[in-house]
Amino acid sequence: MKFHTRRITALASVAMAASLTLTACGGDSEGTATEGGATTVTFLPKNLGNPYFDTSDAGGKAAVEAFGGTYQEVGPDAATPDAQVPFINTAAQQGVNALVVSADDPNAICDALNQARQAGTKVVTFDSDTDPTCRDLFINQATSDGIAKVEVDLIAEQIGDSGEVAILSAAANATNQNAWIDLMKKDLQANHPNIKLVDVVYGNDDDQTSFDKTAALLQAHPNLKGIISPTTVGIAAAARYLSTSQYKGKVALTGLGTPNQMRDYVTDGTVTSFALWNPADLGALAAYAAKALVDGTITGAAGDTFEAGDLGTFTVDDKASVLLGDPFVFDKDNIAQFNF
Amino acid sequence: MSTSTLSRPESARTYASYSQPWWRRVLFTREAAVIALLAAVLIWSNLNVRNFDSPLTLYFLFLDITPILLIALPMTLVVVTGEIDLSVASVVGLSSVLVGILHHDAGMSIPVAGLIALVVGAICGMVNGFLVAYVGLPSLAVTIGTLALYRGIAVGLLGTKAVTDFPHKWTKLVQERIGGSSYPLVLIVFAVLAIGFALLLHATPFGRGIFEIGLNKEAAHFSGVNVERTKFLLFVLTGTVSALAGIYYTLRYGSARGDNATGLELQVIAAVLLGGVSIFGGRGALHGVIAGVVLIGAISSAMRLENLTVNVINIVIGSLLVLSVMSTSLLAWISALATARHNGAIRLGKRRQAAMHHRKGNQ
Amino acid sequence: MTEVMVHPSQVSPLRRGITNALHSREISIFAVLVLVVVVATTKSHSFLFSHDGWRDLLLTPALLLPLAIGQTVVIVTRNVDLSVGSTLGLTAYLTGRLFVDHPGLPIIAVFAIAIAAGAGLGAVNGVLIAYGRVPALVITLGTLYIYRGIFLSWAGSDRINASDMPKSFLSLGTRSVLGLPMLTILAAVVVVGVAYVLRNARSGRELYAIGSDPDAAGLYGLPVSRRVLAAFVVSGALAGLAGVVYAARYGTVSSGAGYGIELQAVGAAVIGGVAIFGGSGTVWGAAIGAFLLVTINRALPIVGIQDFWQQAVVGLLIISSVALDRVLSARRARQLVEARDQS
Repeated sequence: MKFHTRRITALASVAMAASLTLTACGGDSEGTATEGGATTVTFLPKNLGNPYFDTSDAGGKAAVEAFGGTYQEVGPDAATPDAQVPFINTAAQQGVNALVVSADDPNAICDALNQARQAGTKVVTFDSDTDPTCRDLFINQATSDGIAKVEVDLIAEQIGDSGEVAILSAAANATNQNAWIDLMKKDLQANHPNIKLVDVVYGNDDDQTSFDKTAALLQAHPNLKGIISPTTVGIAAAARYLSTSQYKGKVALTGLGTPNQMRDYVTDGTVTSFALWNPADLGALAAYAAKALVDGTITGAAGDTFEAGDLGTFTVDDKASVLLGDPFVFDKDNIAQFNF
Repeated sequence: MSTSTLSRPESARTYASYSQPWWRRVLFTREAAVIALLAAVLIWSNLNVRNFDSPLTLYFLFLDITPILLIALPMTLVVVTGEIDLSVASVVGLSSVLVGILHHDAGMSIPVAGLIALVVGAICGMVNGFLVAYVGLPSLAVTIGTLALYRGIAVGLLGTKAVTDFPHKWTKLVQERIGGSSYPLVLIVFAVLAIGFALLLHATPFGRGIFEIGLNKEAAHFSGVNVERTKFLLFVLTGTVSALAGIYYTLRYGSARGDNATGLELQVIAAVLLGGVSIFGGRGALHGVIAGVVLIGAISSAMRLENLTVNVINIVIGSLLVLSVMSTSLLAWISALATARHNGAIRLGKRRQAAMHHRKGNQ
Repeated sequence: MTEVMVHPSQVSPLRRGITNALHSREISIFAVLVLVVVVATTKSHSFLFSHDGWRDLLLTPALLLPLAIGQTVVIVTRNVDLSVGSTLGLTAYLTGRLFVDHPGLPIIAVFAIAIAAGAGLGAVNGVLIAYGRVPALVITLGTLYIYRGIFLSWAGSDRINASDMPKSFLSLGTRSVLGLPMLTILAAVVVVGVAYVLRNARSGRELYAIGSDPDAAGLYGLPVSRRVLAAFVVSGALAGLAGVVYAARYGTVSSGAGYGIELQAVGAAVIGGVAIFGGSGTVWGAAIGAFLLVTINRALPIVGIQDFWQQAVVGLLIISSVALDRVLSARRARQLVEARDQS
């Protein structure tokens, strides 16, 4: 039963037939290719609005423009894998030459990435890897061992090598986070028997969540001596909460942070030292690697070498990954020299 | 929904007038307008948006909107009775988590896990239905509560982990195409359900009862429609279909997470309202709703290809929603004005009055 | 009992007042709140008895309070406002931008501008709903999308960082006066103000009439459209205030600010005894409901329940509140009918 209201427009049956025909038509044409000759590179970080990725993608952009390509950055608001999938699909539809992605989950985006590779896009992961079968190359900022070791060493130093510690991580499924947390646990067990890891909480790379989770940690574990936060969003939020809390100076905080965000807290004593690498270099290296793949200079096999502008020459290892370097420790003495 | 402060526009409450020729009755409807708008958007995008005519576009479009398509079917029926169900996205999340846990931890095969998820979805719907139909609570409040409850159970069961190791056989199957075309296989499942729901709504006494409940619950009750049972069954249907959409969602993205499909309920409701179903109940048809879902999907797809970000897409969809709902009221107001004018209840404008000799003293 | 309903009460006003208060919904929720705090404190003394614990107990709900109050005003008129989360995000970002682009601006001016912006956004809702004769659920759903989209377009992938805002503003987020956090005092003032208007001012009481029976209210001559518009303006203004509170408390405003908080606001109001069908409920109830919601969230990890389950607890609370309301009102209606039949 239809009840009609007064309408002024018409068109319906023609429109219905037309739309059906058009949807059928849509299946016939070829996918269009890239714009005349310039390499198109799309950066897809874990989420937008994250200062770490703002820096890394800016580095990538500079590199892409240096070699004359076209740069584009897309990404979801929330760091979830199913939010990344539509952007991977769009990249495949647009026929971009290379997709540089930091994965929110090692497996969930695999199908989409493989579909993109079938459509001719080269896939380079950076910062957070996927399963090796769904990407062409992985750009690693530092070895997971190296990162875990520097974190544990810093916190041990700051709490006197004994006491309770907790970890404030990002998203529970992020590949890099989980790799680091596992190695940290092993390192603590093997080398620091007096330090007890009491909790691992997840801030989802969201500032408010990380802030609230820090508050909850301090409430639930009154004897907590240290917090490790290997995520730039997490450590910034935790530092902000700690600096107004009664635990400032009593609970040590370290992790991976950007100098600009942490400068105030290092100055006022909330944080003694923390580590990171230069995300801009990471992004640039990823861009150069993507270009080398697109041009055919390398194929991702072990032993391939390529040029990465100012950064030098890099070699692909046998896991199809490229290493940027070692993590760097920032503290009160050197933080003034950096601007990112 | 009968929770509006202000009374409903009267002209939406008249019966179809058979003095109009059949083509006017078909074309001058909201559904026709949505379908026309959809056709316009598709034509325009094919011509102007680069890469829209790629064979991948439609394929991804349909893969993306399938959950919304599925849930919009029973949601239409629920809205036609004047109720609403905001907990659908949480049932999707819960069924997704269940499939993940049952498969990963309990080692069950996907079909068995899926079946259990469907049963749980039906139970969720039963809870909603019982509270709304038999206890008599307002559906807005109840479903806001169950939205939080079911989502909470989903997140609680899995924490912030996610299950992502689903057998390749199944994740590939849900993304399989029909032959070599751009249409995914799941559209067949959807088509079967759509035909079923269309028959239910338009060709059975049960469906007729649904419209009557939306128009006037008391009158429906006195005409012999079992109002409570109808509403109860509709909520059970919604829960089951949402669970089905959850199974699809999990396999399509290969990831079972507690926060899967957060916010999906708003997209479903937006599509349903866009498709011409009246929020007051008593009016609506499925073809408009399907067109509404595809319209929103097509607009999002075109905008993504143009590299417009999520925010612009949100503004467009929100504006469409507001405009489509306002257009009914606007038209009702205009037609009421026209009738009043015709009946002489409204005076002519000042200039025309001045031109009429016998009206003195007016400016 | 029937005596009291049909004839003027013989009991003294004081006793009547106390009996009413003790039987009221607000007191029962307050009792639940106290219970939750007691249980959490026995498990971990620092929940209440530490500087941070006491401060956070009072401070964390200060964000949800204005939203719950605004939602109450709207729900009482038989509408709902789902766009408050997006309004909060927009005004929080506006606050940050004002500090970044106009560094000399006094804090009170920033407050005023944010509240005015929120009121403006609420007015858009109000005009469409009151004069457009469209249900609030749909319109505010649409404006939820639109305002969030405007926010994202404006912000891009920028964020406001804590270092962008003046220290004096950020200290508002943590400073206490006489042991009570400043933001909580602010929220309390708002509660008292709105409660006074709703109970004592004619325009406030008319809102209840409109919610009880809009058609009757119209026939009686109440300016229904104007009141509904005012209700939405109030809701938007309070969401604007909540945006400033957000910026002061968290210091960082990213594109996800306020996402999903509208359902918590509705939940807090419903738990607090505000009937979703309009016409009854007080802002005190909603305020206590907001406190209860936030405190339960914070208490769960201490009691040992993973905080993943907090949403489930909230859902159960909402459902039981609504069911309880229905049972109580059905019983009351039955008693009134009996009284009428017997008299």
